Amino acid sequence: MWSFLLRLVLRNCLRHPLRTSLTVLGIVVAITAFGLLRTTIDAWYAGAEASSASRLVVRNKNSLTFSLPLYYRARIEQLEGVKSVSYADWFGGIYIAPKNFFPRFAVEPRSYFELYPEFVLPPEQMKAFVLDRRGAIVGRKTAEKYGFKIGDQIPIIGDIFPGNWSFVLRGIYHGADSKTDESQFFLQWDNLNETMKKLAPDHANEVGIFLIALERPEDAPLIAQRVDKLFASSRAQTLTETEKAFQLSFVAMTEAILTVIQIVSFLIIVIIMAVMANTMAMTARERRGEYATLKAIGFNDSHVVALIAGESLLISLSAGAVGIWLLYPLAEWVGHRFGSIFPIFLVAPRTPLLAAAMALLIGVVAAIAPAWRASTLKVAEGFRGIG
Amino acid sequence: MSVIVEIANLRKSYRRGDQVVSVLQDINLKLERGEFVALMGPSGSGKSTLLNLIAGIDTPDSGRLEIEGIDITGMGEAELARWRADHVGFIFQFYNLMPVLSAFENVELPLLLTRLNRRERREHVDLVLELVGLTDRAEHFPSQLSGGQQQRVAIARALVSDPTIIVADEPTGDLDRASAREILDLLETLNERLYKTIIMVTHDHIAAERANIVRHLDKGVLTDLVERPRQRGSH
Repeated sequence: MWSFLLRLVLRNCLRHPLRTSLTVLGIVVAITAFGLLRTTIDAWYAGAEASSASRLVVRNKNSLTFSLPLYYRARIEQLEGVKSVSYADWFGGIYIAPKNFFPRFAVEPRSYFELYPEFVLPPEQMKAFVLDRRGAIVGRKTAEKYGFKIGDQIPIIGDIFPGNWSFVLRGIYHGADSKTDESQFFLQWDNLNETMKKLAPDHANEVGIFLIALERPEDAPLIAQRVDKLFASSRAQTLTETEKAFQLSFVAMTEAILTVIQIVSFLIIVIIMAVMANTMAMTARERRGEYATLKAIGFNDSHVVALIAGESLLISLSAGAVGIWLLYPLAEWVGHRFGSIFPIFLVAPRTPLLAAAMALLIGVVAAIAPAWRASTLKVAEGFRGIG
Repeated sequence: MSVIVEIANLRKSYRRGDQVVSVLQDINLKLERGEFVALMGPSGSGKSTLLNLIAGIDTPDSGRLEIEGIDITGMGEAELARWRADHVGFIFQFYNLMPVLSAFENVELPLLLTRLNRRERREHVDLVLELVGLTDRAEHFPSQLSGGQQQRVAIARALVSDPTIIVADEPTGDLDRASAREILDLLETLNERLYKTIIMVTHDHIAAERANIVRHLDKGVLTDLVERPRQRGSH
């Protein structure tokens, strides 16, 4: 019996090829768009997700735009539970044109790369970078995108730090895993500081943030408190937080956008649900006579409900499967095309599951009203209008 | 002959807006096994409603309706569906075939509700398709068949589960004269040779002539009874 019903469902799906194709197309687009939007939200949080629990970030309490004196480093290193300390500055700048964006940081090479083992660099390239004050290191994605090769001169027009800068590419790092950002560009902080000594001596020997590696991640709150207490009466008070909290503070600035994206992703599902429900209602209305005939012959309500629900689910789930299948190459394309905005644009394992659940929901919701009407249909009423 | 349909004081009315329209009033009727009955009457006389009540696809307001001694008026929807599967074969004016199923699959439909296995179902379907002369059209879909052929598929479907009664609502109403004659020949054969009880609603006097009992309905009331021996070769 059920194999027969399945056969009937399959054939019913193919009765109006154009209608079914358009419905399937609509669901495919909706599910793919849903998956892409969810992946976009995940990409927004990628920095926070990839951050380590054993690192702290120290910044100026007033604002990230204010700097901290370099000598704080030695005092932080003295604290119990601190394994090592490094520092960095957001360099900014423009590579040829503003559209060529990739994150650029001035760092202290040795301590910084010790702190970030996820940036994997061949030792000889690391050595070349350390030895060359004008040297730079770039991530694999950015190198591929702009065709950078080791030894290339990379010109950067300064904005925060004015002037025409030129760096020699000494190494190309790759990520230890897929969650590592491979788009960043690093220059030597000493190079930046030397220039600042000449152009703006008041701002020399100052850094944007300190980065602390902890002996034990569980000590993070305690050490953060100690660092801030240490500089509580200094001219530049500090705000110390975990790397994750630091990253999330950036995400929080764009929370409204994320909320809108979340709403839009679900609105797309609601819209396609309405379209699918309308299609199924129209389909079931056309087949009232057939349902009445089946009932007259002796088929019961559950058989008729199975026919309608089966058709609705077959369309929504098969379209959902195609949508999920398309999501991966599309996400890869988006990641490649907009890598500078979303350094990590990967489909999370939960995204296809959520998309599949949405496809299932579309199928179930679209079937409810027509299945109810068909199951409560009186046989004699169903025959009216045939002919 | 044993009584197969026994109806006593059957009433049926419909609500149309605020008004209650009486369709059948105190119907009393007895039909015996093996009879071929034609129900005639003008449009709105209640003949299709009476047929629907006998077939168990509609329920009366009051009265008794027994088929083979079983009162079906008290049955629920699910029980009625099972009862119809076992006891009633349907023939409709517009055939009511499933357009996505082949002739074979359409005929097989009622057997899917039985315990018969695939091989047994095939045997039954092959037999009735042969009986209606459509063996060579078994794999054709309704859209590939003429009206007369579609109605023969519907008759095969009505016959395949060997029901107690066959109800036919205007079975020739959508057919040309030649096809209608073929269908009536077939119904007559089923009645005479297989001893099937057939209750047919029709407007058509030529069709009614094939029945051995003709009952007229007017404004929901059974009026006259015409019993006649069949006139062989008159059609």
